[in-house]
Amino acid sequence: MTGRLVVVGHGPAAHRLVEALRERDSAGRWQITVVGEEPRTAYDRVALTSYLTEGADLGYPAHDESVTVRTGERVAAIDRDARTVTTDAGETLPYDALVLATGSVPFVPPVPGAEHAFVYRTIEDLDALSAAAGSADLTMSRPRAGVVVGGGLLGLEAARALQGLGLDTHVVEVAPWLMPRQLDEGGGAMLRRHIEALGMTVHTGVGMERIEPGAVRLAGDVVLDADVAVFSAGIRPRDDLARAAGLAVGERGGIVVDDTCRTEDPRVFAIGECALIGGMVYGLVGPCFTMAEVVADRLLDGEARFTGADLSTQLKLMGVDVASFGDPSADALDVIYTDPVAGIYKRLVVSDDAQTLLGGVLVGDASSYPTLRAYVGAKLPGTPEQALFGGTEAAGGALPESTVICSCNNVTAGAIRCAITEDKLTDVGAVKSCTKAGTGCGSCVPLVKKILDAELTAAGIEVSKALCEHFDHSRAELFDIIRVRGITTFSQLITEHGRGRGCDICKPAVASILASLGNGHILDGEQAGLQDTNDRFLANMQKNGTYSVVPRIPGGEITPEKLIVIGEVAQEFGLYTKITGGQRIDLFGARVEQLPHIWKKLIDAGFESGHAYGKALRTVKSCVGSTWCRYGVQDSVGLAIRLELRYRGLRAPHKLKSAVSGCARECAEAQSKDFGIIATEKGWNLYVAGNGGMRPRHADLFASDLDEETLLRYIDRFLMFYIRTADRLQRTASWLESLDGGLDYLREVIIEDSLGICAELDAAMERHVAGYSDEWRAILDDPDKLRRFVSFVNAPGTPDPSIVFEPERDQIKPAMAEVTP
Amino acid sequence: MTEICEAPAGTGTLTAARWTPVCDYDDLQPERGVCALVEGRQVAIFRTHDGELYALSSHDPFSGANVLAWGIVGCRGGLPTVASPMYKQVFDLTTGRCLDDPEVSVRTFRIRRNGGRVEVAES
Repeated sequence: MTGRLVVVGHGPAAHRLVEALRERDSAGRWQITVVGEEPRTAYDRVALTSYLTEGADLGYPAHDESVTVRTGERVAAIDRDARTVTTDAGETLPYDALVLATGSVPFVPPVPGAEHAFVYRTIEDLDALSAAAGSADLTMSRPRAGVVVGGGLLGLEAARALQGLGLDTHVVEVAPWLMPRQLDEGGGAMLRRHIEALGMTVHTGVGMERIEPGAVRLAGDVVLDADVAVFSAGIRPRDDLARAAGLAVGERGGIVVDDTCRTEDPRVFAIGECALIGGMVYGLVGPCFTMAEVVADRLLDGEARFTGADLSTQLKLMGVDVASFGDPSADALDVIYTDPVAGIYKRLVVSDDAQTLLGGVLVGDASSYPTLRAYVGAKLPGTPEQALFGGTEAAGGALPESTVICSCNNVTAGAIRCAITEDKLTDVGAVKSCTKAGTGCGSCVPLVKKILDAELTAAGIEVSKALCEHFDHSRAELFDIIRVRGITTFSQLITEHGRGRGCDICKPAVASILASLGNGHILDGEQAGLQDTNDRFLANMQKNGTYSVVPRIPGGEITPEKLIVIGEVAQEFGLYTKITGGQRIDLFGARVEQLPHIWKKLIDAGFESGHAYGKALRTVKSCVGSTWCRYGVQDSVGLAIRLELRYRGLRAPHKLKSAVSGCARECAEAQSKDFGIIATEKGWNLYVAGNGGMRPRHADLFASDLDEETLLRYIDRFLMFYIRTADRLQRTASWLESLDGGLDYLREVIIEDSLGICAELDAAMERHVAGYSDEWRAILDDPDKLRRFVSFVNAPGTPDPSIVFEPERDQIKPAMAEVTP
Repeated sequence: MTEICEAPAGTGTLTAARWTPVCDYDDLQPERGVCALVEGRQVAIFRTHDGELYALSSHDPFSGANVLAWGIVGCRGGLPTVASPMYKQVFDLTTGRCLDDPEVSVRTFRIRRNGGRVEVAES
């Protein structure tokens, strides 16, 4: 098939279809138009709650420009004979193939007052909910309250959102326990304990009768206060468009399709939550993505079929791990473990001979989920008890080829092994980008890493952690050696623990470690020869061999007097000026011998080094915060300044960036920083391991509603633990991704002190803070260091004659000769 | 590489070379280069940990900037090296050959210690 493809709806399934088709349709056979009724393009519906609680940006990446996306427009009718669709804007679009991805609507039970209730599906739904919760009458004697009807997966998400909005939250579930579709009774009960411990009230085994003004009435005359009520009692496929076009729909809704996702009309497909496939409507994102992939393949004349879906789920509900996999209701042998104190419930269902895993439920600790899920339908490598307690952990190499490792993207163990061998992949990042495994919910990443390790070991490839040819140790090991043995020079280290004379890899790495541990000025003695390009002259080398200078402007706050000084310095030395992304001012085009003169003027005016040249803390960016902003809830500028002054000069494996936002609008973009802070009504939320740049990564929420002292303590430990254990030039984002146990492990180390090192980390940071002094001032005060800042050893005042500038937009720019190496 | 100065410069023993004094030997910190201006040429001068002296053009052929003097001194496979601070290509201090791209090399200069002075000459 070929020609015009019209996709109706732009949710996650539609987005995946278009992306998959664009990736494979190299000949450009399909001209794609997407019509979506929401006012925005596709976004990650699975993460809706984080939009409300953290203000997360959920948007999926845009399609390439060959794809036409019409948002805010609804398809009103399909004319299958003419092969056209008509939109509510009056447009008629012809198609050669039509894909219906109209999704579903939340089921609203037909009870009196239902029209007052909210639902939980789109960003508009959330905005409405948030506005209603915020406008609830504050003069009431009781706290604001919200009731969620439905204790399934989505209902509990909605409950978390309500609690995040500051409401006293109730969950009502008609079944005898929470999450009845995924959990068994024991798991549901354990989950309930966790949720009640968070301050919510759970009502199970009770139906809802009516919504009244300010209240929800349950069966048995129970009345709950409710300023807002949210229905989350299941979904109904949106099949009206198909129905009106004369296509078959199921008795309980859903557009009937075969296993190629085709309706009875060979030119019309349906995917996602609106499709009835194999007698099922799927509400999980994994199967919906699979359907999208099947249709993409079929449109290119492939043979893909939808062969059923893995309904395993793993999620973190309000900090509680919950997972179910396989068929937990299978009638076979149960192995159950309960620990009410720790709040852990685990149940494995195994075949009668106790050898084959059929399914299971995990609540409170789902660390063994990726491995267990992979074994569903297969023989367990040990006893069920061992499996329950992580006995299959090391089994990455033994998984059958056909086992689906990543259910979000339907990637098998075989596909991963094949990619590792054929493309000679050696790290998890490469496996992820090559196979897409682990790029959905991420829960399978530990398993992907195990498979990778097993393959590499089998191939005899030793994953070398040696820093370079001079050291067999990793950076983290060198850090410990230097710290424990109290080594203070590179010469001693390489003599006793390495070989040769070092290189441009190990020298700066060791220089950074020595600086992190506080060994005086970075240009003291032998250290001077270890420093990388920019640290050597404490300025940033630019393409023509000149340097740029960035004075520190903590939090981006600066007086007019200081702004004038920067302007005067730039004018006097003829420097090019540009505002940086970190709310500072960069002065370009300085020659080595000018640097001390420039810094003399800056320091006299009260500036200090901004460490823009160092693998060190750069800036703590801030929004204007509650002092001026109508919406701010905390003083973000004040905190940013405090943080920047605390961590200034701290040398790390790579540069460190931070930001503080004064409210959930997040104007400072804190979630793209190594550590970012967002104000809440009650304190500060700390986010860690975000990144902009080449591989953007949203930071993870590490802890919520912290007071300032706790916040500082956590950041102190986070930074010091990173400095101790990261690889050379590893930003916090990839460090966290490579950390075994990930964010949970990091929380254990920092909050619970599971390694017993927090006192040491705290002391190390105290030493840093107490020992800080301005590096540039120290140079101006030391004639011996100062005399190294010359262009030529035999003509110290002569400027490098090869440095030439030309004008551009009223400033200078480097005039470069052609470079032909 | 360092040459042994058998006679003071200009006495006729080394007539082929015109030696230019650039600095005191003690001005050079081990493994930290300096740049000298010798008849309009920018010469990077290095003193390695064992006291040897090396001189090569400071002009980095990959970037076109005169920055090799500011590179990190080290060794690779036993050869003394400097890494360009711009894009990090590594050069052999003895020959000027780029170890990351055998097609490329930079010019070397003769260098010697004459008493307390360091002198450079065209090779």
